[in-house]
Amino acid sequence: MTTKHEQPTVFELSSTGRAGFRFPQPDVPSAELDPALERSDLPMPELSELDVVRHFTLLSELNYAVDLGFYPLGSCTMKYNPKICERTARMPGFSQLHPAQPIETLQGALLLVYEMQDILQKVSGFTAGSLTPAAGAQGEFCGVKMIAAYHADRKNDRRKVMLIPDSAHGTNPASSVMSGFTVKPVPTDARGNIDLDGLRALCNEDLAGIMITNPNTLGLFDENIDQVTGLIHQAGGLVYGDGANMNALLGVVKPAELGFDVLHFNLHKTFATPHGGGGPGAGAVVCTDTLAPFLPGPLAAVLEPATEELPPLYGWKMPEKSIGRVGAFSGHFAVIVRAYTYCLMQGADGMRRIAEHAALNANYLMHALKNAYPLPYDRTCMHEFVLDAKWEDAPGVRALDVAKRLMDYKFHPPTNYFPLIVHEALMIEPTETESKQTLDAFIEAMLAIAREAHEQPELLHGAPFTTPFGRMDEVKAAKDLKLTA
Amino acid sequence: MDINPKFLYSKNDEWVEIDGKTAVIGITDYAQNALSDIVFVEISVSEGDELEASDLIGTVESVKAASDVYTPVSGRVTAANEAAVDKPEILNTDPFGIAWLVKLENEDGFDTSDLMDAAAYQAYCEQRE
Repeated sequence: MTTKHEQPTVFELSSTGRAGFRFPQPDVPSAELDPALERSDLPMPELSELDVVRHFTLLSELNYAVDLGFYPLGSCTMKYNPKICERTARMPGFSQLHPAQPIETLQGALLLVYEMQDILQKVSGFTAGSLTPAAGAQGEFCGVKMIAAYHADRKNDRRKVMLIPDSAHGTNPASSVMSGFTVKPVPTDARGNIDLDGLRALCNEDLAGIMITNPNTLGLFDENIDQVTGLIHQAGGLVYGDGANMNALLGVVKPAELGFDVLHFNLHKTFATPHGGGGPGAGAVVCTDTLAPFLPGPLAAVLEPATEELPPLYGWKMPEKSIGRVGAFSGHFAVIVRAYTYCLMQGADGMRRIAEHAALNANYLMHALKNAYPLPYDRTCMHEFVLDAKWEDAPGVRALDVAKRLMDYKFHPPTNYFPLIVHEALMIEPTETESKQTLDAFIEAMLAIAREAHEQPELLHGAPFTTPFGRMDEVKAAKDLKLTA
Repeated sequence: MDINPKFLYSKNDEWVEIDGKTAVIGITDYAQNALSDIVFVEISVSEGDELEASDLIGTVESVKAASDVYTPVSGRVTAANEAAVDKPEILNTDPFGIAWLVKLENEDGFDTSDLMDAAAYQAYCEQRE
């Protein structure tokens, strides 16, 4: 189904000979090109500047963004991104820098990176950190690589097994395999915690470590966490913390005190920098003293301490046994400026309020919805919760149908079919930035959809009806790829 | 949900059909139903590979999720089903039949002590519903 909103592609809009740009006369001598590199045709779209402006402005009106409406995408922490963070990131003193400038001319930027490393250490309870990873999955990869480097440094080649709970993020096994580990899954118990008996059976001399997301992807705080980290440490393994869900713990719980050895932050989730289609992520890693020599670099460091006349000289430093660089230069600096601004704006009490309100909002939604939607793990949740959208008296209705129908109610659908241990999962994370009015409007829409599921299921199967395109054929989209014009 | 009464089953929702020293392995009807429309099948082992029980044999991907498939028994691979790779949708329509994934051979026979019979597997599936 298409509607009046359907936009032709720039290729379809193209008109031979139309141009929006004219190259200036060269002011340097022209060079001879190898004829083998020349071609006579270049099928680029030909449009005027106005054609291009209208095309992309129209397309941008079809976007959905957190600036337009509620975005309860579980595990993604789609909170409001304060505009003041955009202002600071655009200050010329930050935006006009080049990372290869002499450090003497970068002292303000280096101080900011140094202080941000320190903020993340204070929030997590760790003593070292690196801001260089470019996104969450890369931060996670670094953390796992550091565990591999730690065992290799101790000449402990047997430790090749990484344990991963079955509720984990999908990137966890990928990071482990890329670091040379074999993955073994750990089961979840009936309350949604890591199954301790299942874990004990896996603790042996082959154990390298475990990757834990706490709160986990069910939005539940693991009640056995200290026993879990204790068992792993006794067996000689290390504990990696997936910090994707740090929004639930800010200012309340320090992962280092729970027995984690290394943790990544998603600055773009927890510290409100734009993500998804909105910009790059940043996946800082923090760790204990034991793992600090293995951190990816470079780190911002004090090269010369302050004197009576001069402030300290900041610069870059590679940790002693570093796993190396994971990108050019020193991470997504402009994202770090935004996250730093956000942290200073919140202060220590603000951090705690973020976690408290994120958990309050999630529990408010969960309690309002749990009589209309099955809730497989019925416990006080943290920042998110998972419904199982299937009803015996409404056969044929699936999580996908509920998600698509929400678009007709002008809400972004929640994450669906994740975590995998809940078959018709709808994973809902409201974040702390939504008002009670917004939450109530969402509850009303969800309750209306639950009624429709029983009374008019065709409305769910056909949804969405109000978007430029209707329901996509996902099977055809996955199998029948058309990658060329 | 269909269950083949003659097959044995793993907790990871693979089935195995044993005939003396040969075994056929696939994924169950419960598994295909939980995955929904299957769009991609990769078999990562080939003829001649020696496998231990719980070794990875491939990956099944649906519009919902990607799921690894493990062999429930040890043995040497004698065949991998190209038809399942070419037409992944047959895992949805005939998981216990034409959509088998690999065949194994083991001169010493197969250790099935960790596997469930049809009745036990039925109970295992119902408990997860």
